Amino acid sequence: MTLVSTIAHYLPALLAQAQAFQSPPLADYIRVLPELILTIFGMVIMLVDPLLDPESSHQSLGTIALVGALAALASTYWMAQYPGTAFTNMIRVEPFSVFFHVLIIAIAAVSILSSFEYLKVQRIRAGEYYGLILFGTVGMCLMSSAIELVLIFIALEISSISTYILAGFRRHNATSSESSLKYFLLGSFATAFFLYGVALIFGATGSTNLDAINQALNSGNASVPMLAYVATALMFVGLGFKVASAPFHVWTPDVYEGAPAPVVGLMSTGPKAAAFAVLLRVLFEARAPGYFWLLWVSAALSMTIGNVCALVQDNVKRLLAYSSIAHAGYLLVAFAAQPELGTSAAMFYTAAYAAMNVGAFAIVSHLAAADERYVTIEDYAGLGRKSPMLAATFTFFLMSLIGIPITGGFFAKFYVLSAALKSNLVGLSIILVLNSAVGAYYYLRIIVLMYMRDARGEVPVTRLSLTAALAISVCVVLTLFLGVVPGRVLDYAALSGAQLVRDTASPPVLEGSESMQP
Amino acid sequence: MMVPLSYYLMLSGFLFACGVIGFLIKRNIITIFMSIELMLNGVNLSFVAFAAQWHALSGQVFVFFVMVVAAAEAAVGLAIIIAVYRTRETLNVDRVNLLKL
Repeated sequence: MTLVSTIAHYLPALLAQAQAFQSPPLADYIRVLPELILTIFGMVIMLVDPLLDPESSHQSLGTIALVGALAALASTYWMAQYPGTAFTNMIRVEPFSVFFHVLIIAIAAVSILSSFEYLKVQRIRAGEYYGLILFGTVGMCLMSSAIELVLIFIALEISSISTYILAGFRRHNATSSESSLKYFLLGSFATAFFLYGVALIFGATGSTNLDAINQALNSGNASVPMLAYVATALMFVGLGFKVASAPFHVWTPDVYEGAPAPVVGLMSTGPKAAAFAVLLRVLFEARAPGYFWLLWVSAALSMTIGNVCALVQDNVKRLLAYSSIAHAGYLLVAFAAQPELGTSAAMFYTAAYAAMNVGAFAIVSHLAAADERYVTIEDYAGLGRKSPMLAATFTFFLMSLIGIPITGGFFAKFYVLSAALKSNLVGLSIILVLNSAVGAYYYLRIIVLMYMRDARGEVPVTRLSLTAALAISVCVVLTLFLGVVPGRVLDYAALSGAQLVRDTASPPVLEGSESMQP
Repeated sequence: MMVPLSYYLMLSGFLFACGVIGFLIKRNIITIFMSIELMLNGVNLSFVAFAAQWHALSGQVFVFFVMVVAAAEAAVGLAIIIAVYRTRETLNVDRVNLLKL
């Protein structure tokens, strides 16, 4: 009785509060629709997993994950119809975020496709694996559309924690858990730096919203506080770890060597693209001060260290890891260029790099066989005769990584170089060209081994399964598409880059920012 | 008497530096992990201090998010440490060295 009267007493007040709370409009939910779909499918996989027979669940769980990724990919079209901010200035949908959504979800879909065969061969439980890929993708997508540092931090952690676990998925294998441990320790170390940067920029400007930070820093009358410079440097350290740029690259080869090959394909492209998106937003949307020399030094170091160290590697995964460091360096050259030119070049580069690298790792994971036994360069000897199609495809991806015409890698490098030259970055351009020449050597070394050396008998080459073949062909088509008709993608990148930069040139009036400072 | 903001910032910077140094010189994985937590808590302190300075609630809310994320990270991290211990039977980073660094 007393309970009922208590409820009756408080009910009007509660109802009044509930009415005062305005639920976000439906359009807000459409602006995060891809993330919602991915989350739902991830949870469905986790729920369905215990009900299926663990021996045969690979196929069905993989199919659910793939359907989820494709549905999310389709929903980006709907999301793109609703540009604007959502959830009280937490995220913003604009061509920039749509571009990265499409890119990241496509990477996830292809990685799922190439995992079908791998999981079966390596006897890995599929439920958590696919679930984590989808959850990680949610984090990466949110990173690309978040304009609030709180949300960027949480999204970064969602994507990082998922990839820490994925890296250690062959957990009975000592190298895999070791790689997971190194990734985890160094990744959290980097996150702490990023977070300290966020704290200091909050201290310098009183806000964690990128637009509000831009307004506070660049309103013209006040000088930029010293704290903001330190904050930029710290955030750059954190994001530099995530994109594996020198001098924060030491974890990369170890982690890539130990982690499962399809996961490496994902984490060398997906979280990296997302981290580059965050870097673009922090540098050019929030206009963080004093970043030019940080980028210059980091780009030069990444290119040089990546390429020189790759020369002496004999493990293909380690070699591709150093090559990914070098490519992060090429990308940072675009960042150092003028924002209007560099942004679109950097976006195109992430897309082209994703297409070729996911494809290359799909082939590496097919050839690795059970327990990932065959991953040294010597194991690739004679592949041209044993499996001509596979060798030709791998050659194509390596050509693209070198940057030879008719591949996506050529135009990617070309646009970065032209952006750098138009911005008078002569020194950096020279370093880039010299490094590309060095880089060609170790990619060509694999090609030479594949075609001009006799096969070693004991390395088996099994038939490519349908799903892996599909994954690889998607990558080939996309790499070719970006290399032959780059116009449409480039136009879209230029449009979204221009919007990102222009928006910041005249900071918009913020509707929701009053609530930040009562 | 009000404690000035700079005192809090110095303490938070000191805690963060302790975490960084611990991360770099300690050899036990659990201790390294605790050093990372120390770094995060150093950051939390500066968030709270700045929130008080700006009279902005968002800084304090951020601290809650950091704590939640740190807890999630700890759960995953300890699981990874157990996986490593099962395969290598050691918690010394110098002996977890199958992959050359």
